[in-house]
Amino acid sequence: MTDTPLLEVQDLRTYFHTFAGTVKAVNGVSFAVRKGEVMGLVGESGGGKSVVGFSILGLIDSPGKIEGGQILLEAEDLAQATEDRLRAVRGREISMVFQDPMTSLNPLHTVGRQMDEVLRLHSDLDAGARHAACVAMLESVGISRAAERLRAYPHQFSGGMRQRVVIAIAMLARPKLIIADEPTTALDVTIQSQILKLMRAQIAGTGAAMILITHDLAVVAEMADHITVLYCGNVVERGRTRDLIEAPSHPYTRGLIDSIPDTTRRLDRLSQIPGSVPDIRNLPQGCNFRDRCPRAQAICAETEPELTQQHASLMAACHFPLRPGDSA
Amino acid sequence: MAGFRQSEFFHNYTRSSSAIIGSGLMALFAFAVLAGPFLVAQNPYDIASLNLMDSYKPPIWLEGGDPRFWLGTDGQGRDVWASVLYGARISVFIGLVAMIASCIIGTVLGLLAGFYGGWLDAVIMRIADVQLSFPSILIALFLMSAVGTGVDKVLIALTAVGWVVYARTVRGSTLSEIEKEYVQAARVAGLPNHKIIRKHVLPNVLTPLIVIATIQVGTFVLIEASLSFLGVGVPITQPSLGLLIKNGFDVLFSGLWWTSVFPGLAIMMLVFGINLFGDFLRDELNPRLK
Repeated sequence: MTDTPLLEVQDLRTYFHTFAGTVKAVNGVSFAVRKGEVMGLVGESGGGKSVVGFSILGLIDSPGKIEGGQILLEAEDLAQATEDRLRAVRGREISMVFQDPMTSLNPLHTVGRQMDEVLRLHSDLDAGARHAACVAMLESVGISRAAERLRAYPHQFSGGMRQRVVIAIAMLARPKLIIADEPTTALDVTIQSQILKLMRAQIAGTGAAMILITHDLAVVAEMADHITVLYCGNVVERGRTRDLIEAPSHPYTRGLIDSIPDTTRRLDRLSQIPGSVPDIRNLPQGCNFRDRCPRAQAICAETEPELTQQHASLMAACHFPLRPGDSA
Repeated sequence: MAGFRQSEFFHNYTRSSSAIIGSGLMALFAFAVLAGPFLVAQNPYDIASLNLMDSYKPPIWLEGGDPRFWLGTDGQGRDVWASVLYGARISVFIGLVAMIASCIIGTVLGLLAGFYGGWLDAVIMRIADVQLSFPSILIALFLMSAVGTGVDKVLIALTAVGWVVYARTVRGSTLSEIEKEYVQAARVAGLPNHKIIRKHVLPNVLTPLIVIATIQVGTFVLIEASLSFLGVGVPITQPSLGLLIKNGFDVLFSGLWWTSVFPGLAIMMLVFGINLFGDFLRDELNPRLK
């Protein structure tokens, strides 16, 4: 682990200019990912998690636009890069694993052809070497008889197997960074942990870094080294996984953690965060979370809290942060 | 081939009488079109082989029929059977070529409109909307009266009205395909747009086009026949089935019915066969109708 981060996102702002108003989907997000590290990006639906992922890859379509900030991949600012440069980055240096393995493979091409496509684009191996690389990759994600399975079509695989193929495709060009956007959400729970273990093993083997986007804190708690919590396009809290899970300082993170079912506690009712995400086209002044926050006071409606140092490794944007031992 | 024989498609085909009749009629016309000149002794457009003494002979089963002319002759002593075979060649040729041209142009425009969106999409689709608001025969008629008669001009007119339906269908399917994650995945993998369109989007939008293309050949044969019947289609030296009907129609009320009825029957069988088979394909290839 080196001190200079592989990817550093600083004050990223991605806005969507729609007829109904400007949607500030990502509004000043900063975080860093180091080599060999898994960074969990957590938040509710509509929190801007996926937009962060697509912004890094430069795949924000009109009417969306990156309005500000820097995306530094090894000191190169991708937010300023040309489309040609970005196309070379995609797949080779940064790749992505999608949510739904049922639709993330083209139903009309064999798995082998879809894997070969990536290598043809991003390496200068000859056909035989590419084939060997595909076989080795498929074996490393736990698919037996790989040479034979290369000739199979996606519908001949089960959901979990397809996600293994998708991961194999993402790892094929030995990228430095993998963005996994809800990689296990569409899978059932037993397959989930297999896939998570597999991804862990893959990045440990190659020294790549990963941004794990999910709404499921249980998944990041298992996988991530660091966690960044997003709410309405803002970072509300970030820090080391252990610190954040054991004693979060932002009430929103606390709420997320409390809503995970825990078999060691007996509860009549699972706790939930009251209310829902505000309309991000016209966010209220002050803290975005205050209407749902049990600790909100007058100042929360007036000034937006800054991200400040809390206990241990945590940074949180809250006027009344929780201390270890506080109850929410 | 063994795989095809065991497929659901083949299974349903052998159990659908309309599919068998439709494809049978299509096969019959395919044979007639390919082998036509070898089936008849007379070339109806070689003036030297015509004899005015043979004019207006009735079909052979009627009194005065000539064993050389099964279906009788027209005013120039031209064999109606031979004329139908040669006319079907022109009709089928025009239908097929215009369909292929429409399909290529419409598919390309639909892919571009659906994939890139924006002003390109707006321009292409507004042109398509304007065209669809008029009956296609009207637009074809208008174009033909502007550019004059000829096989090439009929092809241009038919293509000009035919591309729209492909463009709209392809655009719609493209819009739904590019939302799917495998297209996103291809973009994430760094594939250039033209490759994404060619390798990932195009193969996934083709299925509905097979049905449209099949039925459209029938529609085009009919439109061409209508244009020729109205006198703005093919020239008299290359008479299609429609022009044969028109020529015979002039003498229909003199009791010389065979010169127009047999070409008419031929068109009917051709279009009927294509539509029967097209309906079968539509039922087979549309997963929502199953």
